[in-house]
Amino acid sequence: MNVYTPILVLGILAFGFAVFSIVIASFTGPKRYNRAKYAAYECGIEPTPQPMGGGRFPVKFYLTAMMFIIFDIELVFLYPWAVSADALGAFGLIAIFLFLINLCLPYAFEWRRGGLEWD
Amino acid sequence: MSGSSFGFFGTDPWWMVILKAVAIFGMLVVLTLFTIWWERRVVSRMQNRIGPNRVGPAGLLQSLMDGFKLAFKEEIIPKSAHVAVYWIAPVISATAAFLAFAVIPFGPTVSIFGVETPLQLTDFPVSVLYVLAIASVGVYGLVLAGWSSGSTYPLLGGLRSTAQVISYEIAMGLSFVAVFLFAGSMSTSEIIAKQQPIWFAVILLPSFLIYVTSMVGETNRAPFDLPEAEGELVGGFHTEYSSLKFAMFFLAEYINMVTVSALAATLFLGGWLAPWPISLWDSANVGWWPILWWLLKVQLFIFMFIWLRATLPRLRYDQFMKFGWKILIPASLAWIFIVATARVFRDDFAFSNQQLLIAGAVVIAVLLIGSWLLQIRSDRKQAAIESEREQELLVPFDAMAGGHPVPPMPGQVLAYTPRRVLAAQSVAAQVIPPALDSTPTEETPNA
Amino acid sequence: MTTTDFTNGDPFAGSYDTTEGTVYNLGGGDWDSIAAAPEGENERIVVNMGPQHPSTHGVLRMILELEGETVVEARCGIGFLHTGIEKNMEFRTWVQGVTYVTRMDYLAPMFNETAYCLSVERLLGIEDQIPERANVIRVMMMELNRVSSHLVALATGGMELGALTAMIFGFRERELVLDIFEMVSGLRMNSAYIRPGGVAIDLPNGAEQKIRETVVLLRKRLKDTSDLLVDNAIWMGRTVGVGYLDLTGCMALGITGPVLRATGLPHDLRKSAPYCGYENYDFEIPTQTSCDAYGRFLNRIAEMHESLNIVDQCLDRLVPGPIMIADKKIAWPSQLSIGGDGQGNSPEHIQKIMSESMEALIHHFKLVTEGFSVPAGQAYVPIESPRGELGAHVVSTGGTRPYRVHFRDPSFNNLQAVAAMSEGSMIADVIAAVASIDPVMGGVDR
Repeated sequence: MNVYTPILVLGILAFGFAVFSIVIASFTGPKRYNRAKYAAYECGIEPTPQPMGGGRFPVKFYLTAMMFIIFDIELVFLYPWAVSADALGAFGLIAIFLFLINLCLPYAFEWRRGGLEWD
Repeated sequence: MSGSSFGFFGTDPWWMVILKAVAIFGMLVVLTLFTIWWERRVVSRMQNRIGPNRVGPAGLLQSLMDGFKLAFKEEIIPKSAHVAVYWIAPVISATAAFLAFAVIPFGPTVSIFGVETPLQLTDFPVSVLYVLAIASVGVYGLVLAGWSSGSTYPLLGGLRSTAQVISYEIAMGLSFVAVFLFAGSMSTSEIIAKQQPIWFAVILLPSFLIYVTSMVGETNRAPFDLPEAEGELVGGFHTEYSSLKFAMFFLAEYINMVTVSALAATLFLGGWLAPWPISLWDSANVGWWPILWWLLKVQLFIFMFIWLRATLPRLRYDQFMKFGWKILIPASLAWIFIVATARVFRDDFAFSNQQLLIAGAVVIAVLLIGSWLLQIRSDRKQAAIESEREQELLVPFDAMAGGHPVPPMPGQVLAYTPRRVLAAQSVAAQVIPPALDSTPTEETPNA
Repeated sequence: MTTTDFTNGDPFAGSYDTTEGTVYNLGGGDWDSIAAAPEGENERIVVNMGPQHPSTHGVLRMILELEGETVVEARCGIGFLHTGIEKNMEFRTWVQGVTYVTRMDYLAPMFNETAYCLSVERLLGIEDQIPERANVIRVMMMELNRVSSHLVALATGGMELGALTAMIFGFRERELVLDIFEMVSGLRMNSAYIRPGGVAIDLPNGAEQKIRETVVLLRKRLKDTSDLLVDNAIWMGRTVGVGYLDLTGCMALGITGPVLRATGLPHDLRKSAPYCGYENYDFEIPTQTSCDAYGRFLNRIAEMHESLNIVDQCLDRLVPGPIMIADKKIAWPSQLSIGGDGQGNSPEHIQKIMSESMEALIHHFKLVTEGFSVPAGQAYVPIESPRGELGAHVVSTGGTRPYRVHFRDPSFNNLQAVAAMSEGSMIADVIAAVASIDPVMGGVDR
């Protein structure tokens, strides 16, 4: 049996459980209509009308996401090197250092420019 | 290491796979129920309260009953919600939480109904990477929940949790690199095997600390519980959720807690390996006993989660992000540099461990002296600022300096005005000022 | 609020009909212009924080305009706890007024009562005739109340910033003070204990001993609670430099209390305009110069210790004597005592008016139902409540009821600072700023 098959089994089990619970809850729970109950929560005040999803997100979140992708790719490169570092030896170390320095330069630039400041 | 099997893994018969999957599923649900109860009891004790003690022995069934109660609560879907996404978000969260546990080992190879099998659902060469990937999928649950509710607070909570989880995932991922360096593998079972003489938490202490910090951030727990900071965002991303949909998020949060704790135990505390005094016992690491050691280690981390929650206030969002991006990530990178260099020096240039330790000690000493010097400098700067402030106090007091009249602070003196001197004299003498006294009433035009 | 129909002529209140009945909306000030501001282009969103929100100290509504996590504009909306206390008092006797005022700032009932009673006493011209024991008890109760009020400020402030244990500790310690109030006045809150002319009832047996013990215990536990937060790096990160308001800002906005003292100005009415004999006590006015939420927090802790010192001095000053003014035309006629069925009129007093003296009965009846008359005029007496200058402005036309009673409640004035403190900061800082002001909506809305 494939090593990935058990994940599928557990996944089906978990997904089934979650879907089953949510479906069953819509039968077990009461249903009493009330206009205020189905309004979006805004601390008891008539919600300020907002575009779906709150309109445009602040650009800050996109910047964070970009940074995340850059570093995530870095991780993907670091892991295989780490696993086989002993075989690669000094050559691997120098290579990965060059790579890291390449990555740290934009990171330092971003830091200097205040891209990591939240406000 | 072919695709279909990996050591012992991938050789289980189909019924064994199903048995293990059901067992893991059941264990996670029970652990969640237990952890909720345990958390409430421990926090209560830390706060001089008793906590739930009514349902079942010592209140153990409290969380189960709470779950049943939630099932009988009305499901409220706000009108402004995007129903399909709103519906699927808790499912994603819960499923991802369960899935991450597939590669966590909680015992050695045992015999179940005559079949030799490891106490672990499955394992493969990149299983730690798999945990990270599943954790990222779990974030979708939170983001989509926040976005689809069509309400401001969940939206803010959802945005926060995305940024938070992805930021801390990098720190978390970087802390793994040193472990992989030493273990030479990304498979959880092999990482445990490599910790046989000594745990990685001991030799890779900085990695361990970074991981423990980022795992609290990753699971949105106090003091990093910003996505659901009830003081600011009410309920955060699950504000609009009710009934069992809410329960799914709750379940996911606690399973995630167990998962990151189990991962910490696996990568740094030797997984199911017995801790030191017990490990002297020959059969400590065989058979079913290791499950107990594993559970104890996981509970240790869970207790730490609870302890943190009872002790610390919540960080502010920008401070939290700053901590992740400016402290944890550079620290992890620096630590990777150090570990990798030391290993290469040892293996390729035949330095002994002793020499490396001495070099490390020298570096630490230099750093300490450097920080001490920096401290002296900042103290001096502080003193300079303070003396400057004292100088400012000597400047004549200007009541209108800020644009609105203010009274003098202690130590400040009001500027001389003849009128105030007169007034002070008149108060002292308890008489009306002569200037007013000498003006005859009949001379005023309006009298 | 595009759906609101303001056709009934009131620019700040409108209503519209739905299938479940009429829905009423409330507006005011420039709230609506903020709520309507972000149209289209920008990344701003408007959030109503409160009235139903975990950290708005009751029912404060804040209208925040956000850009990401940054607050661009902040406005306070109040009026959700309006109880009409001031108006109601115009239809009650002077003594009954105490029962109303104690419910205004519900965390500092003793202060409301004292401010009101001092004003009435000033109108009556009997300020010098208040017995010494009554004054000492008033001071003692006020200082204990200051401790309990600051403990709630600490507890709720802690909870809003996520420090749950600080919250539980704060409320636990407050309970000790409330136990004393219950023992002395019969009620934990809203006790209507301080009356024009003195106090309602003398300290029961064992009260002094209990207060002494409680003060010792409170000192110890206050240290535990403050140890949790004072040097806590996260707590300092959340409060240092947050909610900044300097002396100029305080003066321009009429801010008093710990917020003002956190700017370094040692302004405290107990020192600058003493009442109830505060000039005879030895205490310090703690100040900080940081002008921020952390300074206010430290100030409150220091003030609690000072208050406990004053309570100690009060206990030493307590000598037996009357607790109500000697003038029988003003003093409350009944003599309360604790019987088997709780607190009530003392059997001796009942015996006297019911079977011995007809005049006493008539006197009792007149004073209790009609009340005493207060000479025409007006008086304003400010006292230092835990939140700042609490003033009672009392106007009389010479009758047995007030013509008008108005309170200058410090929470109301201090709330003006929310915009100045929080605009330009993050959402979390708004919470910290409001917590550091410690408004009590009962006092704001009255």
